[in-house]
Amino acid sequence: MMRLELVKRPQRSGLFSALSPFIAFALTIVAGAIMFALLGVNPLTAFRIYFIEPVSQVWQLHELAIKAAPLILIAVGLSVCYKANIWNIGAEGQFILGGIVGSIIPVLFPQFESPLVLPLMLLLGMVGGAAYAAIPALLKTRFGTNEILTSLMLVYVAQLFLDWLVRGPWRDPQGHGFPQTIQFNDSAVLPELMPDAGRANWGFVFALVAAVLVWILMSRMLKGFEVRVLGSSPRAGRFAGFGLNRMVFFAFLLSGALAGLAGISEVSGAIGQLQPVISPGYGFTAIIVAFLGRLNPLGIVAAGLVLALTYLGGEAVQSALGISDKVARVFQGMLLFFVLGCDTLIHYRIRLIGLTLTKPESAAKLEAAPKLKEAR
Amino acid sequence: MSANQDGTNLLEVRGLTKIFGTLTACDHIDLDIAKGEIHALLGENGAGKSTLVKMLFGSLEPNSGEIFWNGQAVRISSPGAAKKLGIGMVFQHFSLFEALTAAENIALSLDDGSPISSIAAKARALSYSYGLPLDPESLVGDLSVGERQRIEIIRCLLQTPQLIILDEPTSVLTPQEADKLFETLERLRSEGKSILYISHRLEEVKRICDRATVLRHGKVVGHCNPREETASSLARMMVGNEVQAVVRAPVEGIDKAQPLLEIRNLTRKPATPFSIPLKGISLNVRAGEVIGIAGVAGNGQGEFFESVSGEVLQQDAASVRIRGKDAGGLTITGRRLLGAAFVPEERLGHGAAPRMKLSENLLLSRHATDGKAFVGAGGMVKSAAIYTAAQRIIVAMDVRKSAPDPEAAALSGGNLQKFIVGRELDRRPSVMVVNQPTWGVDAGAAAHIRQALIELSRSGSAVLVISQDLDELFEISDAIAVMHNGELSKPLPIAEATFEKVGLLMGGAEPGHAEHTLETA
Repeated sequence: MMRLELVKRPQRSGLFSALSPFIAFALTIVAGAIMFALLGVNPLTAFRIYFIEPVSQVWQLHELAIKAAPLILIAVGLSVCYKANIWNIGAEGQFILGGIVGSIIPVLFPQFESPLVLPLMLLLGMVGGAAYAAIPALLKTRFGTNEILTSLMLVYVAQLFLDWLVRGPWRDPQGHGFPQTIQFNDSAVLPELMPDAGRANWGFVFALVAAVLVWILMSRMLKGFEVRVLGSSPRAGRFAGFGLNRMVFFAFLLSGALAGLAGISEVSGAIGQLQPVISPGYGFTAIIVAFLGRLNPLGIVAAGLVLALTYLGGEAVQSALGISDKVARVFQGMLLFFVLGCDTLIHYRIRLIGLTLTKPESAAKLEAAPKLKEAR
Repeated sequence: MSANQDGTNLLEVRGLTKIFGTLTACDHIDLDIAKGEIHALLGENGAGKSTLVKMLFGSLEPNSGEIFWNGQAVRISSPGAAKKLGIGMVFQHFSLFEALTAAENIALSLDDGSPISSIAAKARALSYSYGLPLDPESLVGDLSVGERQRIEIIRCLLQTPQLIILDEPTSVLTPQEADKLFETLERLRSEGKSILYISHRLEEVKRICDRATVLRHGKVVGHCNPREETASSLARMMVGNEVQAVVRAPVEGIDKAQPLLEIRNLTRKPATPFSIPLKGISLNVRAGEVIGIAGVAGNGQGEFFESVSGEVLQQDAASVRIRGKDAGGLTITGRRLLGAAFVPEERLGHGAAPRMKLSENLLLSRHATDGKAFVGAGGMVKSAAIYTAAQRIIVAMDVRKSAPDPEAAALSGGNLQKFIVGRELDRRPSVMVVNQPTWGVDAGAAAHIRQALIELSRSGSAVLVISQDLDELFEISDAIAVMHNGELSKPLPIAEATFEKVGLLMGGAEPGHAEHTLETA
């Protein structure tokens, strides 16, 4: 009989750190093929429609950028949280609050038209997202609550608040009763990058700039060092004189501001008004993006494009094959599942052990749970 | 091989090998343990003692080699199997639940469903018959380390083992408690039980062990009768070469020197139900001297270190003064900026971040004190500067490593400790506070660290060393104070200090028992 043993590596493996997302992606493709086959669709056809066709024309690449921009912006902020071992799961809510607060000017002061409007909106969006993220930070530092629960629950509060706003006080009086605000005036709309080629707007540029800046912060600056130390060994962080509570606020405010920026960019760029739903779950999908990108802002740019494709592919298979676009969710889930699984290979290597000498009745059981052993 | 008392050995080990990746932790180990002997297993940290013992106790599986029990080949696949054979083990780090009673802890490990009351009765009887009195109803959290060890020993004895493995049992005991333990071990030997005694304390091995097996770098380098050896010949076998003796130059005019670290009536409430409150601790450490703080582990040393380092702040700012300035309200960074440096007990996860490079770990304690050198405009880290400084420390402290700038976790304990101590020495701090400077460090590295601490003090700094290792404190200290139950005795000048006096204080004798000629006005 054989059994598998996980042997701890003396050093983390740089090779598998880089390979892990690709292995995860390959496993996702295999599992996806099985899923399509079970749904009665030829997997090859399905993959072509899912992954190739949505990006075969220039205007489609613009759609990809529109979907990728919020994912990257949010995930870059989340990567700082997760590196600090702070679990902000509520980016979806911070995204929504960013959209709401950023929309204050175009909704309440539609006559105010000036080049100042857009920068103010973006700023307000960031403030809104950061302020909303400050709630779980305050609860955690003051009362020791679990930020996973509080940040997650605040998502539903934000969703319902938006829903109430667009049905109630902020509803467009001329909107025939539709639950939405007025269309933003031109000075409140995020311009498109190349209007002749496609719809992609400045949000994508914000995402790239944020990724580069956060990369510099994390890899070159003392603050990034502080994040990494507190995240990996909090006691050593305290010994270094870094404050954990300050870090909780820093991480939540930074990620909240970036999620808020993503929110107002989406509302002002891709949508042009507030609606009851302004996000197809970007705040949650960005969690996958952050991990698929190895919590590295540059990796997150690539991962954001991949996850954006799963959205487009989901829409494509729905219209072409009549499969529910929930397929996109399944792909996203599998990708996260496999990438977390593959990360084991960074710290452990797998060894096959043949148990030829042991008596069959005592050791015939294949050990499903691998033994973890320290190298020393 | 060696002498058998009745023809068969209780345990024979032949060619036992364990490989972790590229490291051969145990390399063809041969070992015989006769019935009714106390057999010492000697070796430095990392020599393979723990790995060998884990294989004997079934918690690690050997790659090759054989184990014979009473002449029969056996395969010990789990600790349960080892217990069934008759092998019991007392670990160095206890595995007891503090919130449960002694009897409940014993019941958990017996796993045979007998009622707690009968276990408690048995444990009580056994403990008194072996001279290790124990109240089975007492809560483990309330017990001293020595008493906790008794629980471990009693729970081992309740399984009536033939072979008892003791891993560094005296490292947590006062000299007097250790004497008690030796009596018990001799009693067990007289009953025909065998004991495998793991230690690096040569004097006690010479005192109680019948034979010794010495390991070095995973190999057996010799079997001997420790009574016929000297401590230095045993040390030579363990280390492979002479360990350089630490030289402590005398200090003059210390009484007039400026106290650089003053602790005045330092008091701290317990942070958790099982931590020790600090009760009115006062101590001065002057320029040019090394003060040692002895004490059995868990008597408040950790709490004291946190309070002095500023990881925990004091209400009363004057309770800790560094270079004449009140520092009780300052964070660890503020205290470092006053010229203090700190080395905590735990290397990985406290003194160093395990998964970070050495150069980054340099930044850990020095990002503020060397802010200009290591951090540039806008908070950018000067990676070339920290790399160069890390290499300077590596050379100065003779840190051995496998890569130019490896992760902290990739270093052996001794080498990482040399780096962590060197990181602070490199600053020439005027106050240095070190908790367990050479815990788990091999003899060569330990001597290096001790010498460096003495030299730092002689160059005009105040050095405070907290240690459980009395030999170490006697080697480097100019005066020794003892911490017991959150209180600190007056420092005893080294000329007047004896193992017996310090040992009594460690066991909780009245602090007034000691002379205090070094008392300040």
